[in-house]
Amino acid sequence: MLSARLVVERERFRLDIVIDAAAGEVVALLGPNGAGKTTALRALAGLVRLSHGEIVLDGEPIHERPAERRSIGMVFQDYLLFPHLSALDNVAFGPRCQGTPKARARVGAREWLERIGLKDHLHARPHELSGGQAQRVALARALAVRPRLLLLDEPLAALDAHTRLEIRAGLRRHLEEFDGAAVLVTHDPLDAMVLADRLVVVENGSIVQEGTPAEVARHPRTDYVARLVGLNLYRGTAAGHQVTIDGLTLSVAEELEGPVFVAFPPSAVALFRGRPDGTPRNLWAARIAGIERHGDQFRVGLDGPISVSADVTAAAVAELDLLPGQEVWVAVKATETHAYPA
Amino acid sequence: MRGAAPWGLAVPAVAGMAFLVLPLVGLAVRAPWTTLPARLTEPRVLEALRLSLITATTATVVCLALGVPLAWLLARARFRGRGLVRALVTVPLVLPPVVGGVALLLVFGRNGLIGRWFSGAFTLPFTTAGVVMAEAFVAMPFLVISVEGTLRAADPRYEEAAATLGASRWTVFRRVTLPLVAPGVVAGAVLCWARALGEFGATITFAGNLPGTTQTMPLAVYLALETDPEAAIVLSLVLLAVCVAVLAVLRDRWIKA
Repeated sequence: MLSARLVVERERFRLDIVIDAAAGEVVALLGPNGAGKTTALRALAGLVRLSHGEIVLDGEPIHERPAERRSIGMVFQDYLLFPHLSALDNVAFGPRCQGTPKARARVGAREWLERIGLKDHLHARPHELSGGQAQRVALARALAVRPRLLLLDEPLAALDAHTRLEIRAGLRRHLEEFDGAAVLVTHDPLDAMVLADRLVVVENGSIVQEGTPAEVARHPRTDYVARLVGLNLYRGTAAGHQVTIDGLTLSVAEELEGPVFVAFPPSAVALFRGRPDGTPRNLWAARIAGIERHGDQFRVGLDGPISVSADVTAAAVAELDLLPGQEVWVAVKATETHAYPA
Repeated sequence: MRGAAPWGLAVPAVAGMAFLVLPLVGLAVRAPWTTLPARLTEPRVLEALRLSLITATTATVVCLALGVPLAWLLARARFRGRGLVRALVTVPLVLPPVVGGVALLLVFGRNGLIGRWFSGAFTLPFTTAGVVMAEAFVAMPFLVISVEGTLRAADPRYEEAAATLGASRWTVFRRVTLPLVAPGVVAGAVLCWARALGEFGATITFAGNLPGTTQTMPLAVYLALETDPEAAIVLSLVLLAVCVAVLAVLRDRWIKA
């Protein structure tokens, strides 16, 4: 359906990624700011010229075509609804450009707005719409041109947390109904996990990891991904159930040989003031680098042979009298670690 | 007290204001109010007023037709020498209008660079069309600068959004860009029209001073001042009224800023 190699060269930056998406599939480009995700999306849209590569959609190369002849629909981060047109005319804009007569385009636009639950706001100007409503109009406007490829640039980033939850669910439903390919750009892992069938993680202009959300969340391959999914991640060398990381040896559940990743959640890390009895196998001394609130818990950053994040309860912080700079013992259960080949 | 101005600023500020306002007050004080209705309906006044309104409006239409695309080119297109083009376009803004009139004569005059090719078919100098040309020459930079500024301030990503929806470049301009910059176009057109209405130097040089054909209000004022000062005052009052009306239209954009 979509098969693209996107190379965009700029001064001090080079984007070079391969993206494929099947019909009905939603691919999320996930990555930190400045990774090149939006550039990739704009290249697919025809708003940025490719330095090299190609974009093939439904068997046709489209990378030489201007944006207006690519059969795409795009939802922009800040929606870019035309401020001088009503919601109805915004949605009717695309079909009219494709040659649909005005009256028919408006009937179609009205159907779209009814479908997204905005039948009471047909004639509202964009500034009269709430963020969530504007987002839905932007989606309807993009879908109204019946695109083969739907592009979404941070579609939920401009919404507040509450609206985001609701709009995310709605967007997921519309994406499921959409029969073309969809490429979504986000830096929010939750948006990516909920909305996408497949994640493509981009850092510094290159793909660093690809897979289903579950695979990526379980087997992060870079610090960025590990942080996103909230895991401690290390690269080491395995010999049986032992993995050596920077001189520290951890016992792990899996039996592996050679270069591996080891990941475990901050909740698997236990802290002690004195050396604990019963000697758990993964035990080392560390110094507290910092403590910050994390939800209803506290996340403790630890320096030592390896840097680790630990989640502890407020009660534990008080009881252990945890303060930055303090020496503590760190224990991680082997059964809560997860090792996989690097 | 916040906002209290030091004397060193307050005195010259008040003097400056008086300098700008007093002549207008003088105009109102010396106006022959009792005979004003009769004078306003004098054929000579009406003729000059009619000619002024027609030529200034036509010049504005010409400026819109040529100036908006020019502003778009300066704001959106990338080409070599754009800075030079912008500088050249704004020259009439600072050029003494009479010099503009001489320049127009040299190009479009009966023996001008271009004018000689058309001399058999029609002539521009000393015709109403010549008045429109002189006014457009002087007034167009006002429109171009106003529209270009608005275009630069407008978010070009709306145009990208329109392109992703399948709009051709012409459709993008017509249905997105133009509506977005409409306030700037209106402001520029009003400014352009006011400038055209008051045009004197280029008009009298290029188009002369023929009552009914090329004698616009400012020319009539100048001529009347020598023969019939009261008529000059009346004509001036009319121009002043028109200018105040224009300011009222632009009130929101300028005075409140």
